[in-house]
Amino acid sequence: MSLPRYAARRLLLGLAQILAVTALVFVLTEALPGDAAVVLAGDTPDPERIERIRRELGLDRPAPVRYADWLLGLLRGDLGSSLTAGRPVTGFLADAGGPTVQLAAITLLLLVPLAVAVGVVAAVREGRLLDRALTSVGIGLYSVPEFALAVMLVALFALRLGWFPPTAVGVGPNLLAQPAVLVLPLLVLLARPICSISRLVRAGMIDALRSDYVRHALRLGLSVRRVRLAHALPNAVAPAVQQLARTTDWLLGGVIAVEAVFVIPGLGTSLVSAVSARDIPVIQGLALVFAATTVTVNLVADVVAFRLAPRAGGAT
Amino acid sequence: MHSLNRRAFLGATAGLSAALLTGCGSGPATGTAATGGPRKGGRLRVAFAGGGAQETLDPHLSNLFVEASRSKAMFDKLADYGPDLSVRPRLAERWEADAGLTTWRVTLRQAGFHNGKPVRAADVLSSYARIADPARAFRAKTTLAVIDLKRSRAVDDRTVEFALKQPFAEFPNVLAAFGVFIVPEGTEDFTRPVGSGPFSFVSFEPGRSLLLKRNADYWEGAPHVDELQYLISNEESARVNALLGGQVDYAHDITATTARTYQGNDRLAVTRLTNSGMQAFAMKLDRAPFNDPGLREAMFLLADRGQLVDTVLAGAGQVGNDLFGRGYQYYAEEIPQRTRDLEKAKWLVEKAGAKGMKIQLDTSAAASGFVESASVFADQMRQAGLDVNVAMGNKDTYWKDILDKGSLCCFRSGAMPIETHFAQRLLSTSTVNVTKWKRPEFDALYTKAVSLADEKARRDVYAEMQRMQHAEGGYLVWGFADWLVATSPRVGGIADAPANTLDWARFDKVWLA
Repeated sequence: MSLPRYAARRLLLGLAQILAVTALVFVLTEALPGDAAVVLAGDTPDPERIERIRRELGLDRPAPVRYADWLLGLLRGDLGSSLTAGRPVTGFLADAGGPTVQLAAITLLLLVPLAVAVGVVAAVREGRLLDRALTSVGIGLYSVPEFALAVMLVALFALRLGWFPPTAVGVGPNLLAQPAVLVLPLLVLLARPICSISRLVRAGMIDALRSDYVRHALRLGLSVRRVRLAHALPNAVAPAVQQLARTTDWLLGGVIAVEAVFVIPGLGTSLVSAVSARDIPVIQGLALVFAATTVTVNLVADVVAFRLAPRAGGAT
Repeated sequence: MHSLNRRAFLGATAGLSAALLTGCGSGPATGTAATGGPRKGGRLRVAFAGGGAQETLDPHLSNLFVEASRSKAMFDKLADYGPDLSVRPRLAERWEADAGLTTWRVTLRQAGFHNGKPVRAADVLSSYARIADPARAFRAKTTLAVIDLKRSRAVDDRTVEFALKQPFAEFPNVLAAFGVFIVPEGTEDFTRPVGSGPFSFVSFEPGRSLLLKRNADYWEGAPHVDELQYLISNEESARVNALLGGQVDYAHDITATTARTYQGNDRLAVTRLTNSGMQAFAMKLDRAPFNDPGLREAMFLLADRGQLVDTVLAGAGQVGNDLFGRGYQYYAEEIPQRTRDLEKAKWLVEKAGAKGMKIQLDTSAAASGFVESASVFADQMRQAGLDVNVAMGNKDTYWKDILDKGSLCCFRSGAMPIETHFAQRLLSTSTVNVTKWKRPEFDALYTKAVSLADEKARRDVYAEMQRMQHAEGGYLVWGFADWLVATSPRVGGIADAPANTLDWARFDKVWLA
């Protein structure tokens, strides 16, 4: 199949997936006990007042009508307004998206070269001391949950040694304004993907180095370095690209634990508070962002993998 | 469930941070700002749990503790509660009622809004009309229902005459109620709020930060600090870390475990706000099995209050006597404290034919300590021969769920006057009557009490009502929790006042050394 046809087919499928996700999220949110009116009433659940809040918020209309309204708004580019705060949902997404996108982007920028370098070095030294050391550290680090790692890093580097601030409290939406607050969250976010991606690169690289075409290239007298980087590496990273796509999803999910420990008001925190407030328009807006990101990132990853190693991507 | 597990995990790891910190505990002798006098200047940074991007600055919509504190920094009420929940004048200089207690004349003090305009009677009436708007659903609406706003009027710019629908001696409680703030006439937009409070608005990022500055013209005197910044941090451990790391100066609502962990640490000082939260189990009186007064008495007697306070509140509180409002004005101190009598409880359970009876105890993560208190109390009930099953409910909808469902549940309440507790929860007409206590004679006593102008006479009737509650009521009040706030040693002037009262989370009287 040609690349443009492949991409077009995937794009249409992606749009259908996004629509399906928003419908599913709407149904699931409806299925949660209580609605925004009940949550807003809190510990004074005066039934009459709950009814009034419901009317004020338009929650007395049937669910399909409300979903259809939301879809119509979406076609006009209007994501609606928060039920509890009354402000437009797009503002919520912009505010919470800033820190999460910054964190995710910097993590990816550091992650790709680091993970590839670690994987290639380990593969080239397969079975030697360095390889075994990297493998043990990688597996050890991979098994520590983000949350535990975060708490330990804060206790040691922020509270005990005082090298970095313990939280991002008081820093505005632009985390880059105070880069010191980024160090510990980035360490936590990098720890596990570095392990998984470098393992994949290492495995792919070892396979490639053993392959006939690499042996052939070496027989032709090309330099070892050139063979490794130009011939073996592209084949080795194809599976890693798809893992990278999954990592990006995970990063954009805000890594709720990291946002909670370091007080970073990103998309993950927003989603948690919107769900507990039963703030359907905000939940829907976030679902849309997450679904669109997932679809886009996976689409790009598949296309890249298709280009790098057509045998790997063509089957899907 | 996820967040609960996460919290439990945080609790377990708090010890780790503490262990790592103890090494630096050997600094200079503790010198707190509180020892010196008030100092001027600086930016006070306070950390609260927040409501995410859903937060609002509309003081009539205040719901969360952070919103209540922000409202009090920017706005004023006509009156507010002292540490014993008696009413103190604020924007109102004084008030007097006519002989029938149906017309109240309130005189405003000379005060101005942040935009330089004076606070007038028209602003008061318009604020109250906004809250009481029948088409809307503000929290304090039912509180203001006693006022007949159509017949109320501004006598002059500084005198308001309130006409009430019935005689009401406790009218000052209404002026001090939660969320009854005065805003300039006709205000609907609160993106840049204008109030008459000690601080004025600078900037706001919902869910992150609110920056305020000193109102030099505040009627009660300008605040000590130049700026006040509210920062949001939902995890308790993150608030404490931010405080230890010098990123904030005040952390609202910390756990007793944290307080104990950092005892003697010179980077953190803890203030206990005593009598802040009533902790109880609520039994429903209109259905089996607790429609049997004998079984209710058994429950009162089987409760080991000391054990509940020690384990659930980690010792940060006092035992309760099945009555709301320990330490508050009109609290019936003279009623003897109930103590555990397991033998008699067993006998009462047997007599009620309830031995081995299956009872469901509803709880949820809606308030801290609920789940723990349910499991401790379930054990105590089992010792008296009852078969208890603890049911975990949804934390977001808990209060609505327990209002009409089930027969026994965990309950808690913040501070309010005892009269308000009666009015909201114990009258036949109360909308949030969780225990379904509906007694015409109790209603009659309430009506009588609030029509008595004489405070002493009112006290006697309130005592009579509390004796009824103590003997036959559905609230098993086992304790009163202290609320704990942590501050950096630079901070002075933190008052010990129950949550929701005037001096709680009030920052114009706080200073930085």
